Amino acid sequence: MGATLSASDLRKGVKLEIDGEPYLIVDFEFSKPGKGQALYRCRLRNMITGVQFDRTYRSGDKFLEADLEEQEMEYLYREGNRYHFMNTSSYEQVELTEEAVGDAKNFLTENLHVDMLFFKGSPIGISLPNFVELRVIKSDPGIKGDTASGATKPATLETGYEIQVPLFIEEGDVLKLDTRTGTYVERVKTSN
Amino acid sequence: MTSRNALAAKRSRLALRSRILHGMRHFFVERGFLEVQTPVRTPAPAPEDHIDAMHSEEWYLQTSPELYMKRLLAAGYDKIFQICPVFRKGERGRRHHPEFTLLEWYRRGEGTEALMQDCQELLQHVCRFVDRFPQFSYAGQVLSVFPPWDRWTVRTAFQKWAGWDPLTAYESSRFSEDLVTRVEPHLGFPRPAFLCDYPPQEAALARLSPRGGLQVADRFELYWAGVELANGFSELTDREEQERRFRETLARRRQDGRNVYPWPHRFLESLDFLDAAAGIALGVDRLVMLLSDAPTLDDVVAFSPDHEP
Repeated sequence: MGATLSASDLRKGVKLEIDGEPYLIVDFEFSKPGKGQALYRCRLRNMITGVQFDRTYRSGDKFLEADLEEQEMEYLYREGNRYHFMNTSSYEQVELTEEAVGDAKNFLTENLHVDMLFFKGSPIGISLPNFVELRVIKSDPGIKGDTASGATKPATLETGYEIQVPLFIEEGDVLKLDTRTGTYVERVKTSN
Repeated sequence: MTSRNALAAKRSRLALRSRILHGMRHFFVERGFLEVQTPVRTPAPAPEDHIDAMHSEEWYLQTSPELYMKRLLAAGYDKIFQICPVFRKGERGRRHHPEFTLLEWYRRGEGTEALMQDCQELLQHVCRFVDRFPQFSYAGQVLSVFPPWDRWTVRTAFQKWAGWDPLTAYESSRFSEDLVTRVEPHLGFPRPAFLCDYPPQEAALARLSPRGGLQVADRFELYWAGVELANGFSELTDREEQERRFRETLARRRQDGRNVYPWPHRFLESLDFLDAAAGIALGVDRLVMLLSDAPTLDDVVAFSPDHEP
């Protein structure tokens, strides 16, 4: 059970449990007309579904702090649409559905360390390191001199993820990617 | 985090703040107002429904100098003003600080018309004083201090922007929410605007008067660029009526589990000697915020409320 919060505890970053689901306050504003009631205007994001909505609370309203816990996990392997992880200190294994893993699946390679978020003891998602390195498994050779087309070409990475890369990238190169934007940062290793 | 660099970077806004304070004093002293200082700590703050005082040992920090200033009026002072810190528990936002600076001024024997006139002259004077006359830029738009200023009644403004009439169908929480989210964002562009004639339930310490067959509170708020700057009213001087309102407010506060303050005997006694008066409180930090084109109150005070020791 999370702690009980009052309206004056609300601020950006606070996590609440509403109707049995965890919500993050992504935007917050306190306002109050001169002689009127204080209003606590929140933009809430459901931490499982990602759905956002606005809600206004008043002084006197009570809240339940979301019971959340983070654990460091290592990614092991995928089996069908289930992703298997292992707690780095207890060695306990946990599996997540493809839906819960979300876009993070594009960046998961064996032994990658991630933070897994648990709500009331159940895993609800993972957060990746900001940068990861992935190998290019397929990319057509760049057409020399074709710089007018934006100077990028598609490449498929070892996770199956497809992105746009500069023309000089070749199959077998290892690339650094920003997991927050999903984009190419730089080449860290060449294939030869 | 208030590092030396952050403090140094505030210099131009703090210089403007100092100039604005100077301009305010100049304005009132020139017009024969007496600058007064009343205690910052009080044994009995004015009972209000939605303003909470902070403890200071067994007393309280003032939420406004109102009661003390009215005692001066009752003792025969005609025109007084004060610039002082006030404290309100739990108020923290872009435009709210738990400690902020109020400018309050009072006129004995006058009503809200005189105060609204003061507002126009004061803001023009201050804008001239800090080279913001007749217009300046705030948050990407041009604001003008030049009259005439709009005057909205609560009824018309709510009918226009919120779609209901709080004078005939008052609901406390709906009133506050619609005021903040639907009405205020339209008020005071590009010139300041007055919002007048509040529902009697929102009267606080204001006198009631009949308008078009309905009782309204003779109270107004001054807005500029959607920002509430000042709250003024024709003071309630009927001791019995004031005692009744305080009793009801204290009962509601007790019921809601909020601080219940001691009875302000001396203030209530002083009302026997006060026939008519009008007073207004203006948020100095918010005015500095507008005139210095600052995004938040934190930018116009040297140390924000949650600064490190």
